[in-house]
Amino acid sequence: MSDKGTILKIKDISKEYPSVKANDSVSLDLEYGKIQALLGENGAGKSTLVKIIYGLVKPDSGRMYLNDMEYRPKGPQDARSKGVGMVFQHFSLFDALSVFENIALGLDNILEKKELKKQIIDVSSEYGLSISLDKIVGNLSAGERQRIEIIRCLLLNPKIMIMDEPTSVLTPGEVSDLFLVLKKLSKSGMSILYISHKLEEIRTICTKATIMRRGRVVKNCDPQKISATKIAEEMVGTSFSSPKKSKIKKGKECLQINNLSFQPSDPFGIPIKNLNLKLHHGEIIGIGGVAGNGQEEFLSLLSGELKPSNGSLFFNDEDITKLNVVERRNKGLLSAPEERLGHAAVPAMSLTENCLITAEHRMKLSKRGLIDYRISKNLSDRIIKNLDVRTGGSDALARSLSGGNLQKFVIGRELIQNPKIFIVNQPTWGVDAAAASSIRQQILDLAKEGTGIIVISQDLDELLEISDVFCALVGGQLSCPEMTNELNPSRLGMLISNSIE
Amino acid sequence: MLKIEPRKNRSNFLEVSAPVIAVILTMIFGGFLFLSMGKNPFEAIKLIFWDPIMSPTFSEYSRPQLVIKAAPLILIALGLSFGFRANIWNIGAEGQYIMGALFSGSIGLALYPLDAWFIFPLMILGGIIGGIFWAMIPAILKIKFNTNEILVSLMLVYVAEQILALASVGFLRNPEGLGFPGSRDLSKYPSATNPELITNSGIHLGVICSFIAVVFLTYFLTYHRLGFQIKLIGQAPKAAKFSGVNVNYIVIFCLGLSGGLAGIAGMFELTGPAGLINIDFNVGYGFTAIIVAFLGRLHPIGILFAGLLMSLTYVGGELAQFMLSIPAAAIQVFQGMLLFFLLSTDLLVSYKISLNLGTNNSNSKSKSE
Repeated sequence: MSDKGTILKIKDISKEYPSVKANDSVSLDLEYGKIQALLGENGAGKSTLVKIIYGLVKPDSGRMYLNDMEYRPKGPQDARSKGVGMVFQHFSLFDALSVFENIALGLDNILEKKELKKQIIDVSSEYGLSISLDKIVGNLSAGERQRIEIIRCLLLNPKIMIMDEPTSVLTPGEVSDLFLVLKKLSKSGMSILYISHKLEEIRTICTKATIMRRGRVVKNCDPQKISATKIAEEMVGTSFSSPKKSKIKKGKECLQINNLSFQPSDPFGIPIKNLNLKLHHGEIIGIGGVAGNGQEEFLSLLSGELKPSNGSLFFNDEDITKLNVVERRNKGLLSAPEERLGHAAVPAMSLTENCLITAEHRMKLSKRGLIDYRISKNLSDRIIKNLDVRTGGSDALARSLSGGNLQKFVIGRELIQNPKIFIVNQPTWGVDAAAASSIRQQILDLAKEGTGIIVISQDLDELLEISDVFCALVGGQLSCPEMTNELNPSRLGMLISNSIE
Repeated sequence: MLKIEPRKNRSNFLEVSAPVIAVILTMIFGGFLFLSMGKNPFEAIKLIFWDPIMSPTFSEYSRPQLVIKAAPLILIALGLSFGFRANIWNIGAEGQYIMGALFSGSIGLALYPLDAWFIFPLMILGGIIGGIFWAMIPAILKIKFNTNEILVSLMLVYVAEQILALASVGFLRNPEGLGFPGSRDLSKYPSATNPELITNSGIHLGVICSFIAVVFLTYFLTYHRLGFQIKLIGQAPKAAKFSGVNVNYIVIFCLGLSGGLAGIAGMFELTGPAGLINIDFNVGYGFTAIIVAFLGRLHPIGILFAGLLMSLTYVGGELAQFMLSIPAAAIQVFQGMLLFFLLSTDLLVSYKISLNLGTNNSNSKSKSE
């Protein structure tokens, strides 16, 4: 088969971002001719590590060795020239150009057209990557597009290939084709670092797995020899504190979601399939799962930004399916989307102006269409004071605030309006620990006053801490609600990786 | 390798002085252009920027021309700027301008020779409706079928031009005009004319109207909900959706506003400086106004100054053509320079260009050899 030994050795790599330690002395050995998995939840530090290997990010400390030589890529081009290639999750291809043109454009070295064509045909026949060179990329399927990216990568004769969530855009048939190619590649001696959070896939093709959590490597194992449950447990972490059980007095039902479905018009959108959920006053429902499984769409369907293709929504027994964003807000259904800059707030506008985005009607910031900036500034001042937002004042532009402070402001803007139902996506994403715990406390206090709350988050510890009921949103489908205090880690891990029906 | 990066701290001073720097740069490079053509650059620049306002010989003619040309530019640009802020690109103001003139002209000519007070207000209304009508075609097509308003509004300019030609030789032709194309002269029809209000000032009702529009729309943009929503859509479409802005309504509003204002501009031009409907009635105000809107940074007050500046380069440019026999094409190059420098200084206010002599390139090259 292939020579044994380590091709890439990573030692004690650390990388710290302002709000989070993305990699905390990570060490990893990549072996010759192996398909090795890098596993972890979103935010576990997989992408940062891979970006460091590919030269996109410079580590704060630590060393890497490629074939026992010190490896310190200056950039992706440098990494490629040293034999490290990468296939990204989202493709960078020109729709209007042909397959051949796309491959030629992506190369660092310029080759004769004939010579290049010959090389492409050699590579594609060797590994079974069938593709016709003259087709226009715009007409190709996701699997075919991925093949272009792989060929582009292979033409540089890499020794290591990094694949970032390669199956997330593929159909099951395309996935098995891809696996055949990967197996051939590894047989020919190439080492593949395969990033995914889909356990079954990894158990099929990888012989070694490195599991990361919160920036650290927690386990190295052979995924074919240990159970999916065990892997899931390692990903989620067995050591989380048991949630404090506040005695909730579940009130009357305030939101009923019936068979909610949504068919996106854009190809990267996630369809929502037959979603059912009941929310009561004073209850916090936590929705877990990895981002990109319909979280954003789910929130937009509830806020009214998206119209469902099927199903209905009832607010206190009143049908609100047809109401628009403003009408729903006036009834008391408020929300805070995940993306702070550009969705929840406008970067180049002041905090005073940002108040107008959601609070104009409920807080009477305008009279007969004319905006009263004094009232708005007043409101903004109050939000800043209530949530201890660190900023120069209400005239500061939204983009001048740090992520945590802007998040406090965005959430505070909804809290001050006394919502009846509050839906929030990723309330503490990229927020420092102090701000995160203050935001969680605010959410708990709000529930105590009788508001029904849905918290969508990838941070399972957070959901276990504050939510009464837990569901997982995977592939646009919601698992059955389960009481949070009855959940155990392995069950949780299975739920978010959808290994259980 | 050159890289364009956003500036961390935008300087207010730069923001205000950028247009001034742009004008100075245009003068310098324009001077070289004129020099290379064997003309005296100082005299040419003086003829363009100074003489139309200050020279005792020329200003008597030029000064009124300045406001006459600026008024329609400002009116049209004001309307366009609202749409541009919301990423709604009405490129067809020229067509809406023609339709405004045709509608109001038809009303006036239909009532000829009736003498009544209501004719002129009715014509203003006609101008507005004509412009709005023409702008609603791209608006409704955009909402219903998601067509591109840039293409539709632009194509409709050529349709409007054909209707103008048809009117000039057909249904609006002067019956006493010996068969020549062109309508009756409205300046000789007291109920339907828009005379100069102060002799030799060039100020007519349209000029007053454009000044009122500047003040009103400044207020509207700052304080009205719609003004805020327009800014919201332009800066963060997702946030606008989250806020609950009805995008279709904004499309109708922005195209309606720009169409209506272009229609009024056409109406005042017809009843004032032009006097009659003819094949060559439109001279490109609708297109130049796009430049004016951007020069004024899409702000009403900025547009006021940009309109006056643009008008000055036209009037001064004509003067330079006439006095120094500089070809018209050179004057257009000069105006192009002004736009180029304004846009590039504008870019440099919010972005900086950094020179990055990367080692990556040289590395990979040596490897590949």
